Order: sequence, then C-alpha cells, then structure tokens
Amino acid sequence: MSLIDQLNQLEHEALAALAQITDLTALTEWKNSYLGKQGALSRLSRGLGALPADARPAAGARFNTARATLEQALERAEAQLKRMARQHAFEADQVDVTLPGRAPAVGRLHPTTQMLRQIYAILGEMGFQVWESPEVETDEFNFQLLNMPPDHPARDMWDTFYVETTPGDATLLLRTHTSPGQIYAMRANAPKPVRAILPGKCYRYEQVTARHEMQFYQVEGIAVGEQISFADLKGTLVAFAERLYGKGVKTRFRPSYFPFTEPSVEFDIECFLCGGTGCRVCKHSGWLEILGAGMIHPTVLRNGGYDPEKVSGFAFGMGPERMAMLRYGIDDIRWFFSGDERFLQQF
Amino acid sequence: MRVPLSWLKEFVDITLSVEELAERLTRAGLECEGIERIGVEGADLPWDPEKIVIGSILEVRQHPNADRLVLADVDYGAGAPHTVVTGAPNLFPYKDKGRLPQPLKGVFAREGAELYDGHAEGWVKMRLKGRPVRGIMSDAMLCSEKELGLSEDHEGILILPDDAPVGAPLRDYLGDVVLKFDVLPNMARCLSILGVAREIAALTGSPLRMPEMTVVEDGPPVEGRVRVTIEEPDLCPRFTATLIEGVTIGPSPLWMQRRLTMAGMRPINNIVDISNYVMLELGGPNHMFDADQVADQHLIIRLARPGERLVTLDNKEHNLDASLGGGMLPLLVCDPHGPLSLAGVMGGASSEVSATTTRVLLEVAVWDPTIIRRMGTALRARSEASKRFERGVDYELPPLVQRRALSLLQRIAGGSVAQGMVDNYPRPWQPVILDLTPREVRRIVGISLSAAEIADLLRPLGFACDLIDNGAAVRVTAPSVRRDITMLADLCEEVARIYGYDRIPLSLMADALPEPRNNPSLELELRVRDLLAGAGLDEAITYSLTSMAAVAAVNPADADASLYLRLANPLTPEREYLRRSLLPTLLDALAQNLRERERVLLFEIGRVYLKRAPGSDDPRPAEPQRLALALAGRRYERSWHTPDETVMDFFDLKGIVEVLLTRLNIAGVQYVPLTDDPRFHPGRAARLERDGSVLGVIGELHPDVCERLAIAAPRAMAAELDLELIGALVESARYRAISRYPATTQDLSLVAAVEVPAERVAATIRKYAGALLESLTLFDVYEGEQVGAGKRSLTYRLVFRAPDRTLNDAEIAKIRQKIVRGLEYDIGATIRG
Ligand SMILES: [Zn+2]
Repeated sequence: MSLIDQLNQLEHEALAALAQITDLTALTEWKNSYLGKQGALSRLSRGLGALPADARPAAGARFNTARATLEQALERAEAQLKRMARQHAFEADQVDVTLPGRAPAVGRLHPTTQMLRQIYAILGEMGFQVWESPEVETDEFNFQLLNMPPDHPARDMWDTFYVETTPGDATLLLRTHTSPGQIYAMRANAPKPVRAILPGKCYRYEQVTARHEMQFYQVEGIAVGEQISFADLKGTLVAFAERLYGKGVKTRFRPSYFPFTEPSVEFDIECFLCGGTGCRVCKHSGWLEILGAGMIHPTVLRNGGYDPEKVSGFAFGMGPERMAMLRYGIDDIRWFFSGDERFLQQF
Repeated sequence: MRVPLSWLKEFVDITLSVEELAERLTRAGLECEGIERIGVEGADLPWDPEKIVIGSILEVRQHPNADRLVLADVDYGAGAPHTVVTGAPNLFPYKDKGRLPQPLKGVFAREGAELYDGHAEGWVKMRLKGRPVRGIMSDAMLCSEKELGLSEDHEGILILPDDAPVGAPLRDYLGDVVLKFDVLPNMARCLSILGVAREIAALTGSPLRMPEMTVVEDGPPVEGRVRVTIEEPDLCPRFTATLIEGVTIGPSPLWMQRRLTMAGMRPINNIVDISNYVMLELGGPNHMFDADQVADQHLIIRLARPGERLVTLDNKEHNLDASLGGGMLPLLVCDPHGPLSLAGVMGGASSEVSATTTRVLLEVAVWDPTIIRRMGTALRARSEASKRFERGVDYELPPLVQRRALSLLQRIAGGSVAQGMVDNYPRPWQPVILDLTPREVRRIVGISLSAAEIADLLRPLGFACDLIDNGAAVRVTAPSVRRDITMLADLCEEVARIYGYDRIPLSLMADALPEPRNNPSLELELRVRDLLAGAGLDEAITYSLTSMAAVAAVNPADADASLYLRLANPLTPEREYLRRSLLPTLLDALAQNLRERERVLLFEIGRVYLKRAPGSDDPRPAEPQRLALALAGRRYERSWHTPDETVMDFFDLKGIVEVLLTRLNIAGVQYVPLTDDPRFHPGRAARLERDGSVLGVIGELHPDVCERLAIAAPRAMAAELDLELIGALVESARYRAISRYPATTQDLSLVAAVEVPAERVAATIRKYAGALLESLTLFDVYEGEQVGAGKRSLTYRLVFRAPDRTLNDAEIAKIRQKIVRGLEYDIGATIRG
C-alpha cells in the first residue's frame, strides 16, 4: 500500500473514530492518538523521507491538508461537545420560574404618612414650610384666638375633649383642629410673609364609627402677605388638586362658614368614583368634599401679629385619612389606628 | 333644616328644577344635603295620578258576611260610585246611616296602584289586586297614612278635609318635596322658610311674597290688661305680648300637620302647632301661655332668685341656680307669683296651653344669645327655639311673628284678638353701617368691580346701599336680619357669594416667598421612617389615649394615674389618659397581629404627653417625639426556599437599632445591661446610653408582660427611644480616603471569662491594634466543654490595611503580638489560635 493510500485510510479511520466520540476525555485521547507528536499522523509522516525526491513535495502537501482536515474536525467536535455539555447542565439546572421569589423584607409606611408626604411635596414646591404645634392646647389657642370667644355658637362645630386641670389653671383640651398652629406660625413670622403647613393629630369628642374617629390627622395651610386674595386661594387649591388628582380635575367652590375665615369656602372635586353621576361615597351629589378654606379673619390676623388692613391671607385645612380613604376606597376609618398589618401592608 | 317645597313656593316663585335649586343654593353657601320626595315622581313610592285619587265616601254599609268589615260607596269623579271593602275602624260610626249628609273625603286607590303594605313591618311595597273578600269583589281601597307612606299610622283610613277636590290625583294634593339644608352658624337667617325664600329671591331675581297676616282686632285693647316688666334689658332687648280670647283647642288642619311633619316636628294641637309653624316659617320662636295661669297677666323678665324651682314642659323639676345658667343665674319669664318659663329655652308646665285653655297670651321676644346658649347647654336640651335664639334672632321680627300667629290662631282656633300689642323694646337694633370700596373687594376677593356693581350685588339681600365719595365707595346698611354682618370682610363674602365663587378667577400668589427655614426634626422623622421601613418594619399609628389597665399590663409600676394627663370627658375607659409611652398601644397592636400572622415587625413615631412641673410658665404638657419598635415571631417568612424555622430574638431588634444608629452616623452608643426593668427579661435587655444620657431601652419582653398582653410568641421584643435625644446626636456622614494598597486578613480566636462583655473584648482589640485595623468582625461565639466552665471562646476576623503602603508580614506579626499580650493583660484572655 502506498504511503498516500495509507494516509487516506488513516484520515478516513480518524474521522470515523471522531464521529463516535461523546465526551471530552475520549476527545483528548483521539487528539493524542492521531494528532499528537507521537500520534499516527506523525508516525506515518516519517515515511516521507523514503519517497523519491520528486514525489516528496506533493506527498508533503497531502500530509498538510490531512492534518488541517483533522484539526478542523477536532475543533468542530470540541465545540459540539461543549454545546452538548452546557445543554445537559442547563437541563439539570432548570427551575420552575413560577415558584415564588425570595422577597427581601421591606416594610411599609402608614397610608397617612404617605398622604402627608405627598401633601408636603406638592405644597413645598409652592413655598409652604412645615411647622408643628402642640396637640394639648389651651382654650385660648384652640378657640379664642381663632375668633371663637367663650359662648360662641360655632364652638358646637367641634366636640371637644377636655383635659382635667386644677381649678384656677388654664383650660386644657385636645386640639380639635390644627388651626391653632396658624397663630404660632404667624407669630413666628409677623410682620414678614408666611406660607406654612401644619400637620398633626387632632381629636374630637365623637362616637367612633366607620366614618368618624376620635383621633385623626389634619393639615392646616396658611399664606399671609401683602397682596394675597381669594383668587390666589382658588389658584393654589386648584393647582394642588390637579397635582393630587390629575390635570383637568373638575372642582367646585362653595361658600361655607368657619369662624376663623371670612369669606369661607368648601372645596369639592368631582367624585372620581362615579365620575360625577352620583354614588354612595359622594352621597349622590357627584362631588367630594376635599377641604375647607377661606381668607383669614381680620381678628385672627391681628391675633397672629399682623395688621389686617395691610396684609391679607388665606388658610385651608384637609384630612389626610379622608383623602386616603377616597383614593384607596377604604370603607372604615378605624383601620388607620388599628396597627393591623392586614391593613398596613396594603399600601 | 327641612324645607317643604310647597311651603317655599308660597314665598317665592321657583322656576328651577328641584336639583337645580339645590345646586344653586349649595353654591351660594346653603348646602342642600338631600332631597326627599313624597308621592311625587322620584319618590320611594310615587302615587300613580291615574290610580290614586281623592274620593268622596257617600255611604257606609255593613259587609253582609263579615262583622268586622264594611262596604263604602266611593265617588272618585268617574261616573258611578265604586264599592270598597274595608275594615277601617274610623268608618264604623257611619255604618248603615244611609247616604251621608256630609260625605267623607278619603284616598281612593284602584286596582294596579302601588302602595305600602299596611300590615307589614317596615316599608314593603305591594300592588293592589282585585280579589273577592268574603264573597264581595274588592279591587280598590281606601288608604291609611301608612299605605301611602305618610306616617306609621295604620289605625284607620286617612280622612281628608271636606274641601279636598274629588277625583284629583293625590299626588297633586299632598305630594311634596323636602329639601334638607345644613345651616351653618353664620346662616341663622336661613333657619326659616322666609329666610331660604329670601336667598332664592336674591339669587334668581324673583320677588319675595309675604303670607296672609290679616287679623281682626275685635277684642278690647291689650293695653292695661297685659303688663310686661323687663328687669334685665341687656338679656332681653325686646319683648312683645298680645292676647287672644275664646279660642277652641283641637287638632290643626291637615295641611299644617303635613308641613310640620315634613319639617320634622310632631303635630300636637292647633295652638302649639301654630306656634311651631310660625317659628319655622318666619324664624321667630314664640311662646303661648294659658293667660288664665299667668297671675295678673303680668310678665316679669328677671334672673332667678335663691331657692326658686320650676317644673318645665317635659315634667322635669329644676333648681333655678347658677348650675342651670352655666355659671350665670338662669333668665326667667315670671308672673308676680314666681317663675313661668326658662326664657327662650323651655316653657313651664303650670302655664302650658291645655285642652281647657280659652285665653292665650302670646310672647314673642328677642333674647341674648349667650344666656340662651348657657341654659340650653346646662339643660342638655337644644330646643328648636333655643337653637334660633343662640344664633341671633332679628330684633325687628317680633311684630311680624305676632301678626302671622294671631292671623292663623283666629282663622284656625277662632277667638277675638285684643287690640294692639305690648312692645317693650329697651335696646333697639343699632344698624351696622360700613363703607365698602372697590379696592377692598379687589384686595380680599381678587375681582375688580365698580361701586355700582357692588351695590347691585348686595341690594337683593336686603342691604341698603348708597354710593358715596363720587362713587368711590358704597355705604352699606345691613338689614336687621343680618346680625352676622359686623365688618368689611363679611360684606366681601356676600359680594363674592352672590357674584359666584366659581366666577372668581384663579391666580397664583405673587407675594414674596417666606424666609427659608430648616426643619431638622421633620427631616429626622422622614429618615427614620424610611430606614425602618427599609429594614422591614411596618409603620403603625396608634391612639394617643390609653387606660391605666393597658399601662399596667406593660408595667404595673407605670400605672400611677397622678403622672398622667386625664380627660375630663373621656368617651370610653379605654381612652382616658394621654400616653407617656408608645409601648402600651403598640404592644397591643403586636399582640393583635400575632393572632393573624407568624411574623410581626412594627414601629411607631409619635408624641407622648408629659405633665409640666407645677408653676411652669406654659400650661401645656411637654410633647416629646418617641420611637417605638415591636417585633416577634419567625425570623423569615415561611417559604419553600428557606428551611430556617428560627424565631426572632433580642439580636434581631438590636440589629435594627444598630443599623438605624449607624445610618444616622451616631457612634459610641453603649448597651448597658438592664436587669431590673419589670417590662423586660432581666438577662436580655439593655439601656442605650451615650455620654451618660439615656437614649432609650431595648429588650425582650418579660414573660409576665407577654402573658398579660396575651402575646402568642416564644419571644417578643420591644424598644422605645427618645427621638429628640437621637436627633441631637445625628452627624453628617464623613468620607474616609480609600487605600489603594491590599489588605491583610487575620483571624483571632480567644477564650475569656463569660462575664467579660463582648464590647469590652472588641474595645481591647481595637486599643492594641491601632490605626491600621480597618475592620473587626466577631464571627463565632462558643461556650461549652472544649473551653471549660465559666469561659467562652470568641473568634474575630481582623482586616489590616495601610493608606500608603503594602503591609509586610513582620509588621502584622508585631501587631498581633501586641493584641495578644494586651488581651491577656487587660481581660485575662488566652489565645486559641
Ligand atoms: Zn360619586
């Protein structure tokens, strides 16, 4: 058999052996036995020296192509085997992607807190600063300085918890609204302009029901300056409502009464639950009461240290729980102070 | 205030639909809270105009087969009379009397009419079907009030007045609409039909009509026969009295009873009903005395005298002392023998109009709102009258009320009216006159109106307006009915209200912004909330009010009521004291949650309320902010990938607190063992201290506390920290240059006595390691046989690094040697490796 015939046979045999290989160990063996320094191809090539000189170049070239063919085949087989090995690994490693994930434990902020933060953010952009004032108040701050002297009939609008005091001491009560904070914020700034919001807990002597709580939050807002009018109050409230309830929300202003504002106004937005056609939540009126407001009463301005003939201002008050109840469709205000995680973890 | 539409229409023409009217008034400040329809379209039970009509009962006959039924022949305006089978007891007296000389009027309902079932509990609708009753076909009915939805009454059929038009649909005769208004304190003038009508007239431009006031003064003059003495003119600025003699007491006419019922008052008899009717109609409370029970017909308005007593209309006897006037002596209407009534609040039993009354002395007065309010509050009874007096009644109203009441009395109860009226008016109305400029309207309301335009808006409300200073201002005189108008801002509101709040433009404040202001306590609160939520805790807000029992459940030693602010008027015993700690309410929430779930982590930021020392300048308590944490249950949620079944303990809570303090850049906080706090496990609690000041406490709850709170978990943890002290320690983060050189890691295992706190071991290592020690991590703690009794092994990983070079082995070995010797010398520790 000629050397070339032997080479052809070797090439054929090597390729056939390669086709049978299914793992990397066998592949390495194959590589060593055919392409290694002591491999079959090298050994056969030693026969080149015995050829006539004129036949050597052609035979040498044939040996080179045979080596190239086998090396390429090896590369392909190697790649194929790697692919298959990966494939097997993937199959062994696959998961049911519908199984629940590993959730990091992340807690939630109370819905009232979330609502308050949104209010701070929106009004903060309009220059309102957050102030605080006491929850246990004097009759003077909760009523008298807000234009409700003793025996004022409007006091009936606020059922009040009183705190036991020693006879002769100032009357103490749980503030029924955050409005006393107006006086603190004004006195801290007068005669300079002020824009403030006063968030906090308030209390009403009221039987606790799904709609009424003895404890709730309120956010009072005031703006006092040299040229603040009712039109500014309207503009501010509409801008606030559009940020909170979406651009173009329908709003309604209607006259109301608070002893500490004059004129007073109730601010409604179109009921977003029924689109204004009337439902149980809006008491079939198509409107939702969002907040009460008005131009600060001259007496209150004076009590805050301002001259009501030189400056004017507006005030507004809103209830974050009520706003959250409307937003999330919460049907019972008592959940807010229950500390119940079944409630807290929904927001 | 409930206002029947038919009544309103007597005073003003209304062309708007009911809904439009309600919306219009709401937008003008008189909030319509609801619309109730009776019989008309849209009502719960609309009366079919074809099938429910007025009938005339011509004859009543015995049912041939039933003793307790009669047959009534009813003419309902459609040819032949129709026979109706009925058991109405109020028809029995007319049985078998032949054709009635004066037919009775009733409500006739034909087959197919929808009615309420008179025999059912509550309001159940039914449709009238023809069926034989004891052999006689019955396909129509004479209706009771209940069947029509007018009242609960099903004793007999409703008998209508003789002049009721036969055949007319009942809907047109008795159907009505009631508007329900929420009248705010500044709208007292709208506590009357007249007041609401006046608003409508001003808003729509329709003229206002006054009701029938004709009185025939056919009696002798009242002058000299009735005397009035006012001893307290400041409390009684006006008192009028008239006399009507020869009245007949009886029921009032159906229309009046219907209107009173719709307005929410119960009909009594013609005299009382007229009194109430006129009050509702004109807004003027009044009082009818039986004149024969008033000695000498002499009324004296004075304060109570010591020892006086009075039995009021509700048959309660009162001591007339200062307790009944909220600190003031009660104001009375008396005769020379003694008290007759509590002025403006409640009449007395002795001079009440009774079935035998023939002479009525009619009082219409104006009272001081404060004394009325105080008496009403002390009595715990706000009558319809006192409600109006408290808010201020028009000084000029009494003569009108007198005439309207007399006119109705004479027409309905008969009698002759004494000529004239006793009118004591010691404190006449002082009109409020204000000069309103367009500039002021622009300044407050933000709209530009001329003086003439302003006047045009105010006049329909009854304000007298004169342009002054060449039209630069309007001189406005408020009508006497507007006692709420005292200053320019009030007029601005009226201008804005009638102009229409919705027409006022929107603008954004052009004023200067306020001075910048930092709010560190708010910023701290926001950060702490975010950090704790990020650490897996849910935020709770609990009640500020608690009870001594709840306090004692957490710590009996804290339940000293004298330390707490107590409500004078608590709603329930559970919410009686202002809290001094967040733990009682938050731990209660923890216990409640543990009934529902296996893992609970809560925090709350809120105020506590601490009494000031006696003699303090500020009467208000201190209200420091506190932070409380509470957790218990599984360390990990039960899940398929976490086999860990362990429950949380002290170190879960401590880890959260450490993360919080670290993130606030507060260093150097000491955890001092807390062994004697009854709230906590004596071996698993600590006080947090920094430079001697106590920031709070942290620990596992004492099993006794868990038992009292019914906390169903093997271990429950709680902490309470003073947020104000923490706020004062917050530091800003500081950057430390990051070394470019490699670190060298060393593990060090040592054995020390169990009593040596880990913190002391770590401090010792740090002390000897010096500045090159970058971090120190305790990663193993072992107690057991291998180290011997009373000892424990602690294993630390130390990472060394220099800012400016690579450390070599010799340097590290030297430091390690120092640490080892230091540990042996300072705390007697031996090194294991
Ligand atoms: Zn709705």
